[in-house]
Amino acid sequence: MKLRPLGWLKRLSAALPRDGGDGHAAETATASRRVMLVGSPNVGKSVIFNHLTGRYAVVSNYPGTTVEVSRGHARVRDTLLEVLDSPGSYSLATFSEDERVTQRLLMEEPLDLVVHVADAKSLRRMLPLTIQLIEAGVPLVLDVNMIDEAERAGLTLAAAVLSQELGLPVAATAATSGEGMERLEALLDGEPPKPSDFRIEYPEPIESTAAAIASLLHGDYGITRRAVALLLLQRDQGAWASLMQLDPEALVEVERLVSEAEAERNRPLSYAIAVARHQEADRIARRALVRRPASARRSFRQLLGDLAMHPLAGIPILAAVLYFGLYLFVGRLGAGVLVDWLDGRLFGDHINPPLTAFFTRLVPWPVVAELFVGEYGVVTLGLRYAIAIVLPLVGAFFLMFALLEDSGYLPRLALLVDRIFKRIGLSGRAVIPIVLGLGCDTMATLVTRVLQTRRERIIATFLLALAIPCSAQLGVILGLLSARPVGLAIWGGVIAGVFLLSGFLAAKLLPGEAARFYLEIPPMRWPSLKNVATKTLARLKWYAAEIIPIFLAASVLIWVGQITRIFDLALAALRPAVNAIGLPDAAADAFLFGFFRRDYGAARIFDVHSGGAMSGVPLVVAMVTITLFVPCVAQFLVMVRERGVRAAAAVGAIILPFAFGAGYLLNLILTTLHVQI
Amino acid sequence: MSATPMSEYDLTESAEEVLARLWVAKEEQDRPSCPVGELGTEDRERALAQLLESGLVEREADVVSLTHSGEVQAESITRRERLAERLLTDVLNLGEAQAAEAACQFEHHLRRGIDDEICTLLGHPRVCPHGSPIPPGECCRAGTRSAGKVISALADMTPGQAGVIAYIHATRREMMERLLAMGAVPGSSISLLQRSPSYVFQLGEAQIAVDRETAQDVYVRITGQRPAQSEPGQRWRLRRGRGRR
Repeated sequence: MKLRPLGWLKRLSAALPRDGGDGHAAETATASRRVMLVGSPNVGKSVIFNHLTGRYAVVSNYPGTTVEVSRGHARVRDTLLEVLDSPGSYSLATFSEDERVTQRLLMEEPLDLVVHVADAKSLRRMLPLTIQLIEAGVPLVLDVNMIDEAERAGLTLAAAVLSQELGLPVAATAATSGEGMERLEALLDGEPPKPSDFRIEYPEPIESTAAAIASLLHGDYGITRRAVALLLLQRDQGAWASLMQLDPEALVEVERLVSEAEAERNRPLSYAIAVARHQEADRIARRALVRRPASARRSFRQLLGDLAMHPLAGIPILAAVLYFGLYLFVGRLGAGVLVDWLDGRLFGDHINPPLTAFFTRLVPWPVVAELFVGEYGVVTLGLRYAIAIVLPLVGAFFLMFALLEDSGYLPRLALLVDRIFKRIGLSGRAVIPIVLGLGCDTMATLVTRVLQTRRERIIATFLLALAIPCSAQLGVILGLLSARPVGLAIWGGVIAGVFLLSGFLAAKLLPGEAARFYLEIPPMRWPSLKNVATKTLARLKWYAAEIIPIFLAASVLIWVGQITRIFDLALAALRPAVNAIGLPDAAADAFLFGFFRRDYGAARIFDVHSGGAMSGVPLVVAMVTITLFVPCVAQFLVMVRERGVRAAAAVGAIILPFAFGAGYLLNLILTTLHVQI
Repeated sequence: MSATPMSEYDLTESAEEVLARLWVAKEEQDRPSCPVGELGTEDRERALAQLLESGLVEREADVVSLTHSGEVQAESITRRERLAERLLTDVLNLGEAQAAEAACQFEHHLRRGIDDEICTLLGHPRVCPHGSPIPPGECCRAGTRSAGKVISALADMTPGQAGVIAYIHATRREMMERLLAMGAVPGSSISLLQRSPSYVFQLGEAQIAVDRETAQDVYVRITGQRPAQSEPGQRWRLRRGRGRR
C-alpha cells in the first residue's frame, strides 16, 4: 500500500490489520521462487493468481481493477512460489501510476520468472508486450489465456508455432475453467527458461542510437541495457528517472543522442518503435492463430452487450440494473429483510439484553459500563451497527457490484455516460469509483487511483465525499422514504442535481484539461459464481478489517466526548445550523455522529423521526443535508492518505457550508410552496 | 464548387517557394521577416521581383517580409503543398522523402478550390507527414464530408465503415502512445461500430470505446463496409451526427 510520508497516519495504517503482503513477511523468506504475472488489463491475470494461490486478488471483467500489487503464496507441486499480480498495462513504457508500478517491479524486484498473460483472441495486440519483455531480458514464459473465448470466435492457437517463433515456453490456458493450467504449473515448477534469441531490428537511427546509449549505461537497471535504451528513446519518464539516479554522468550525452535521433525522424521515436513491434507481432500472430469460419449467429450475450452500449436501449437497461440491483436487491432485501432480522431479532432480542445485564452486574461503575453497553456502547452500538446494519448492506452491494463487474456491464456503462461525465470534469472511467461509492465511499476513494489525471482523481474524491451516499446510508434513506415516494423523488432529484452541478463547478474551477476517454470493452460474460463469491468475500474481509476498527474506535471517541462534555459544546454549536434548516434540536447529534459513521447520522434521524418530532418536509431536508454532509471518519482518513491533508481539508471545508446551504434552500423552497410529503 | 478565383498573377514555382519560406519563418519560427540570403532558390531575384510587383512582399534593403495579401497567398501555398504530401504518402504510398520532393511540384498545379476537394478526400488532415500543421481551409471549418473520401478521421466515419489505420496524429503525445500501446497502429484493420454516445470501434477481435476527441486523432484509409461474415446480424443503425464539428 502506498503511503504519503505522514508519520502518524503511517503508524495508524500499519496498526490496522490488512489483507496485504506485510503480514506474510515470514512466509516470503521461505518462498523458493518469485513469480510475477504481467499483461494488459482484462486478460485474466487475477483469475490465474487466484487459481495458483487460492487467495484473493480483485478479479473482474473491468480493465484496471488491480490497483495495488497483490502478493500471494502458492505451492505448485513441490515448489513454493511467491506470486505477484501486477496492474494491467499494455506496454512497459509508462504513462500512468498504474503502469509505472509494473515497470518498477520488473526493474527492482528480484524475479525468478515473469509470466506474460495474454488474451488469445487478441494475440496480435498482445505480442508487442511479449517482445518488450524479451528485450528486457527477464526469464519469461508466455501464457496465452482465454483460449475458450478464442475458440468460440473461430481461432485456434498453435502453441508450438508460437513457442518456436518467440523462443519461449508457451502455455495455452482457459483459467476460468482450469483448462491447460497443468501445463502452466509445469512451467512454473520446471527449469527457468533460457533467454530467447528473438530480436527485432528497429529502423535506423533507432537501432544504432540504442546501441550507443546502452554502451553509456553502467548502473544495474534490473533489465537489459538495450531495453532501457529503447525506453529512453521513447522518452519514458520512468526510465529517465532511473537514468538520473543510476548514471547521472551519462545524462547529457544520452539526451544529445536521443534528441539527435528524434531530429532525424520527425515523429516521436515511439511511433516507429511501436510500428516495428506490431508488424512483427502481426506476422507471428498470423502464423500462430488458425482461423476457421466462426458461427454466424450472434449469441444472446453479444446482443445484450451491444444493446447495453446503445444510446437508447442502454437507458432502460441502466434503469433495470438500478431498480433490480440497487433498489430491490440492496434496498429491499439487504436493508429490509436482512437488517430487520439481524438488528431486530439477533441483536435486539438475543445479544443486547443479556450483554447489558451482564455488564451492568459485572462493572460497578456505570460510566465504564456505558462504554460497552450504553446508548453509544462499543457492543450495543458499535458492534451491533457494524454487524447487523452495515455488513448486510455492504455485503449485498458488493455482491451486486461483483456480478456487474464480471458480466462486463460496467465498461459499457462507462461509454454510455462519458459525455455527461466530461461535463463534470471526469471521464467515463470514473463510473467505477462512483458506482462503487454507492457501496462504500471509503473503498471508492481508494479506487479513484484508476483515474488518469490528478485533477480527475480530486474531482471524483470530492464528489464521492459530497454527493454519493454509501450503502449504509442509502439503506436507511430508502427504508425511511420508501413510504413517501414524493419525498424519495425530491431527495433523489436534489442529490443528482448537486452531483452534476458541483461537478460542473469543480470542473470549471480546477485548472487542467479534461481526461481523455479510452477503454477496451470486454465481451459480455456470464459471471462465474465462484469468482463472484471470492471477490465479494474478499471485499467484505477488507471492509471488516479496515473500516470496522475505525468505527469501534469512533464509538470509544463518542464515549469520551460524552463524558468529557466536549460533545455538548459541539452540539450547541451545531444547533443553530440545524434549526436554520428547519430541524429540531434533537437532530443536531445526528450530524455530529454522522461524521463518525455516515449511516449513523441517518439512523439518528430515523430515531428522531420515530419519536414524532419530524414531519415530511423536515425529514426530506434532513436526509438531503445528511447525505451531502461530511464523509465518515474512515473516508476522511483515506482522503488524507490518497490526496493529502490539504486537499482533504479543502474538501471538508467546502462540504460543511454546502450541505447546510443546500438544506436551507430546500427547506425554504418546500415550505414556501407548501409541498406536502 | 464555385468558380475558382484564380490568382491574377500566375506565380512561378520559385516565387511560390519564396512565399512558402517566408510564411514558415513568420508563422512557425516567429520571424516576421527574412534576410534575402535565406530564401534559397536559383532565380531568387527574379522571383522576388515578381512578388514585389504583385504586392505580395515588401523589401527593405536585404530583408523581405510578407504583405497581407502575400500572407494569404503564402498560407494557401503551404496548405496545398502539405496536402499534396499527405496525398502522396497516404494514398500513393510514396516514402516520406520522395513525397516531399514531389509535393513541391504537385502543389504548383493544385489550384485553389481543388485543394479543398483533396482535403476532404483526405479527411481534413491536421498535419503533414512530417508533423507540420496544415493551415485549415474553408472545407475544414465547414466540416464538409464526401462519400468518396479515401482517408477519414475515425470521428468522421459512419458506423459500418471499415478500413486500415493510415496514421495517428494526437494533439497530446501521451494519447498517441496509449493508442499505439492498445494496438491502434498504422496498418491495423479497423471498423467503426457506433458513434454515439461514445465511439466504439472494432480492432481485430477487440472492441474499444473512445471519446470524440480521441476518435479525431485516428486517420483511417477507408476500404469499404465491414465484412459481413464477422458481423452477421444487422448492427444498430445509428443516426449520424451530421454537421456537428
